[in-house]
Amino acid sequence: MSTAYDVVRQARSQDKASTPWLIEQLVTHFHEFHGDREHGDDPAIIGGVGFLGDQAVTVIGTNKGRTLAESQACHFGCATPEGYRKAIRLMRQAAKFRRPVLNLINTPGAYPGVEAEYHGQGDAIAQCILTGVSLPVPTISVIVGEAGSGGALALACGDQTWMFAQSTYSILSPEGYASILWRDGQRAAEAAEQMRLTPAEILADGIVDRIVPEVTDAAGASGLRAELIATMAELTALPTQQLMNARHRRYRSFGTDGLQEQ
Amino acid sequence: MSKFNQSDRQQLAARMDKIPDNLYVKCPFCGEVYYHAELTVYDECPLCGYGMRMGALERVAMLTDEATAINPDLVVDAAVTDAAYQQKLARAQANSGIKESVWTGCVRMGGYPAALGVMDTHFMMGSLGRVAGEKLARLFEVATTRKLPVILYTASGGARMQEGLFSLMQMAKVSQAVADHARAGLLYAVMLTDPTTGGVTASFAMEADITLAEPHALVGFTGRRVIQQTLHVDPPRDFQRAETLLHNGFVDAIVPRSEQKAYLVDLLRMHQLAEVRQ
Repeated sequence: MSTAYDVVRQARSQDKASTPWLIEQLVTHFHEFHGDREHGDDPAIIGGVGFLGDQAVTVIGTNKGRTLAESQACHFGCATPEGYRKAIRLMRQAAKFRRPVLNLINTPGAYPGVEAEYHGQGDAIAQCILTGVSLPVPTISVIVGEAGSGGALALACGDQTWMFAQSTYSILSPEGYASILWRDGQRAAEAAEQMRLTPAEILADGIVDRIVPEVTDAAGASGLRAELIATMAELTALPTQQLMNARHRRYRSFGTDGLQEQ
Repeated sequence: MSKFNQSDRQQLAARMDKIPDNLYVKCPFCGEVYYHAELTVYDECPLCGYGMRMGALERVAMLTDEATAINPDLVVDAAVTDAAYQQKLARAQANSGIKESVWTGCVRMGGYPAALGVMDTHFMMGSLGRVAGEKLARLFEVATTRKLPVILYTASGGARMQEGLFSLMQMAKVSQAVADHARAGLLYAVMLTDPTTGGVTASFAMEADITLAEPHALVGFTGRRVIQQTLHVDPPRDFQRAETLLHNGFVDAIVPRSEQKAYLVDLLRMHQLAEVRQ
């Protein structure tokens, strides 16, 4: 029986499918587009276009890097405001060309740096969320590894959110939770048990739509690709207004069942 | 009895009890210490202009001519809490005089109708849970239906940990209501107050048409301590203050409390809908 913290460890594992590899497996003719057109280019966000089956799609993913140098350049998957603004730019481009969007998420959270604050980390995430909930094209977000806090939510505001079997989605890291609640970051395993951050718990809470098998090889990736193609086709077949209404109901309902008038 | 007799402990304690608490106030921003009556009527530091943290109900009284609360009694269902969280909520209610971390309502300011939201740091640091998210979403929805501008005073430590992912989802839920309100061509103005951080900064605090801030208010996404612990650097003292955000282009104007009502009434007057004007 694996504990919640085992899942946390698996989600963070070095052996986890990397975002560039997944894009290569899922999408053909991928072309990466760089830059936010304002300030710079953040390697922690990979974005571009390609074909998912026969359908042209925009792909946006957080990137942890595969070598130490890469990982340092992309802050181990923690995006800066430039990264979120690149994502916004590519989402708007997708809307213009009626292209569905596929988001791949594996990030501990947004980058906690002084420069990032100066460049408006809060503003960038806020605008990314606003763009995501309003996007008039089908959007599927797949949580591949870690999905931490607002930095992950920024790319998970579409029609469906899926989780890999060994992934987590949480408001902050178990270490952070333990350190705030009990002033002891060492009690992360205990925190993980309490936080309801595993795929099964989050699915039961109705926050994600599907758990997909862990992808470790080409065969697994091809299974995921087939699921994505099928669901994208279903979503693309819906009239835009119907798609938007369904998405509206999805976000409107979060947490409404835990309320009462005193 | 000799006048050199020393008072005993009990007598001293009795005398101390007669001295009211909080006679002196230290400005948390500039460090000056004041006799309480020296603060301005708006509870501002006379030296640097920092506004002391203010309760939601006080702010509503300061800003409005008339105010009708929307869902003031909405609380978290006991079924989704544990004993420790229940206790915290009860203490916060006693502290703040409101039942959740945000007050929302329909108001009149200088004669103009508006939807107003005010977050309160005295309630679990103004944290964003499912009740605050629901109240804010309903505020924007009511404003969209009744064609009202929204004015929102933010003050928050961020997401409410006790509610986990449901708290995170409130960022998307409120953002969606903001988007609907914006599509209707209605004004949304924010006043960032001390402190506005975390998930609130990363959602509706940064989605307004006009973004105002109180002098020296701390506004940011990642807390100073997290940056220190993660990167082992000490951020500059003012790196998340309103003045820095103004300098970097994220705030339209800094407005002291004494001028806020007049400023907001001007905005309301300028953004009246044609049909209401007639």
